Amino acid sequence: MTNTQTIQFPADTLDKVHEIIKRYPEGKQKSALLPILHLAQAEWKWCSPEVMDYVAGLLKLSPVEVYEVASFYTMFHLEPVGNHVIEYCRTGPCCLMGGVEVYDHLKAKLGIETGETTADGKFTVKEVECLAACGWGPVFQIREKFYMNLTTQKVDEIIEELSK
Amino acid sequence: MKILTEHIDVQGIETIDVFRKHGGYTAVEKALKKMTPDEVTEEVKKSGLRGRGGAGFPMGMKWSFLAKPEGVPRYLVCNADESEPGTFKDHYLMMKSPHTLIEGMIVSSYALGANTSYIYIRGELMYVATILEKAIQEAKDKGLLGKNILGSGYDLELHVQLGGGAYICGEETALLESLEGKRGNPRNKPPFPAVKGLWQCPTVVNNVESIAATSWIVNNGGDEYAKIGIGRSTGTKLISVSGHVRKPGVYELPLGLSVEDFIYSDDWCGGIRDGHKLKAVVAGGSSVPILPAELILKTANGENRLMTYESLSDGGFVSGTMLGSGGFVVMDERTCIVHNTLTFGRFYHHESCGQCSPCREGTGWMDKVLYRIEHGKGRQEDIDLLVDVAKKIEGNTICPLGDAAAWPVAAAIRHFRDEFEWHINHPEKATQKGAVFMREGASWSM
Repeated sequence: MTNTQTIQFPADTLDKVHEIIKRYPEGKQKSALLPILHLAQAEWKWCSPEVMDYVAGLLKLSPVEVYEVASFYTMFHLEPVGNHVIEYCRTGPCCLMGGVEVYDHLKAKLGIETGETTADGKFTVKEVECLAACGWGPVFQIREKFYMNLTTQKVDEIIEELSK
Repeated sequence: MKILTEHIDVQGIETIDVFRKHGGYTAVEKALKKMTPDEVTEEVKKSGLRGRGGAGFPMGMKWSFLAKPEGVPRYLVCNADESEPGTFKDHYLMMKSPHTLIEGMIVSSYALGANTSYIYIRGELMYVATILEKAIQEAKDKGLLGKNILGSGYDLELHVQLGGGAYICGEETALLESLEGKRGNPRNKPPFPAVKGLWQCPTVVNNVESIAATSWIVNNGGDEYAKIGIGRSTGTKLISVSGHVRKPGVYELPLGLSVEDFIYSDDWCGGIRDGHKLKAVVAGGSSVPILPAELILKTANGENRLMTYESLSDGGFVSGTMLGSGGFVVMDERTCIVHNTLTFGRFYHHESCGQCSPCREGTGWMDKVLYRIEHGKGRQEDIDLLVDVAKKIEGNTICPLGDAAAWPVAAAIRHFRDEFEWHINHPEKATQKGAVFMREGASWSM
């Protein structure tokens, strides 16, 4: 969770922010918004209003410019999430490869539905659209890592590993 | 014949030293030291290379539209927002051989006179962005990026930009909005990006695969490139294969290969897995019309269907489809077309930016109606309702997402109407698991 007093990127992340802003011409720092929202989410797990206000301040934007962007793109979590956010692909090609059965198994194993977080706060499950890995489906993603050619057995192994 | 993936399985090809050992960056040397920017553009024009993101627009012609007012910066933006269901070729190419794209970016930026270029990559491919950034740093360290590249006097800065998860940002003006830090709402055209693009400056947006191909064209000449392929389908194409084939994956093929060879030959997809039969193919990503087995293998005139822009579209939408982005989704006889169409309908509903009413409302309606047919709650009039909604979206929106949403639904009904009727007439069976097995005498049985 976040609160206003503690919202401040660590020094090395702030360096990264300034480096990103330099990628664009003078006065076009708004272009840094998506990359910096990714950094913010990596830091605080989700984009709370306080986090978005902080990002707005960094880029000299009005808060609404950040809210309207964060709410447009599906990767930004606007609600608290668990430690591991499992985002599974629900689109056609993954379904052809048995995705529905694998994802049903995943949800049953964790005892939650799509969009929910386990009581211990470890896992959140979200369904997403095509992850551009169709030939290696079914697929889910946890942060930047892809888990491909999933089977119910592989799902069990992954969950057990991450539960440790 | 491979020009993009010849060395893709070489150990260490992601590093600049190994990449150079296999001929990498010779196109940069040649272009920057021996050619003028216009000469590079001329070769790309001669090559006949068509945009590999899906639209198939001639790349050299697109470059020639770029406005060049004095004192105004120009930009090249690489579209790496690969999100079309069934398509994962750019993901594969960038992940395995990042320098292939970076070399093409340098050559193409030089041709266009851009001194700052961006690779806009979908946010989900964060790990690929890291691979690209590492490769960019390597290129910089070798003097292939930055100031005065190889002593030529040409400067180029190259940056990777992460998206945030939105299919619509693959549309070039939505991509530019997103790169400006805004919601990905497509712009009304004109003006086109070639005149007013990124920050209102002249901009070219090209797909990863298109840009990557320019290095080979510089090295070997546009005429040589044009010798590969058939007619106006020149060169090679990366095809992403998913679904029920024995060997899914990414293949680079010379345009002109027959669809039958591509699906059944052991050199390519290796046939349908587990002894099943081919039922249908979506040949160019989820947006293009699905075709039943008999029409994907042969045109309505009985000619062999080829992997070219022209042959795949032979027969228009009555009996043909499109090459699109090359997302080749293969379905065997056990596949429920209604369910597959629902996943596509749901996809476009989710991905519509909401700017144009026909798309925002229409994709929602199609999703809901498809859902109730699939779940045994369909009504007799629903099939015609879907066709009607699809017609009212098509051609009535700012960007092509509306068409992309309408076509797969219309085509599924055109070729597999009996399956939709069966779902409506047998609600109790349609909702059972594996329902598609229970049907007898359906028109698609082979």
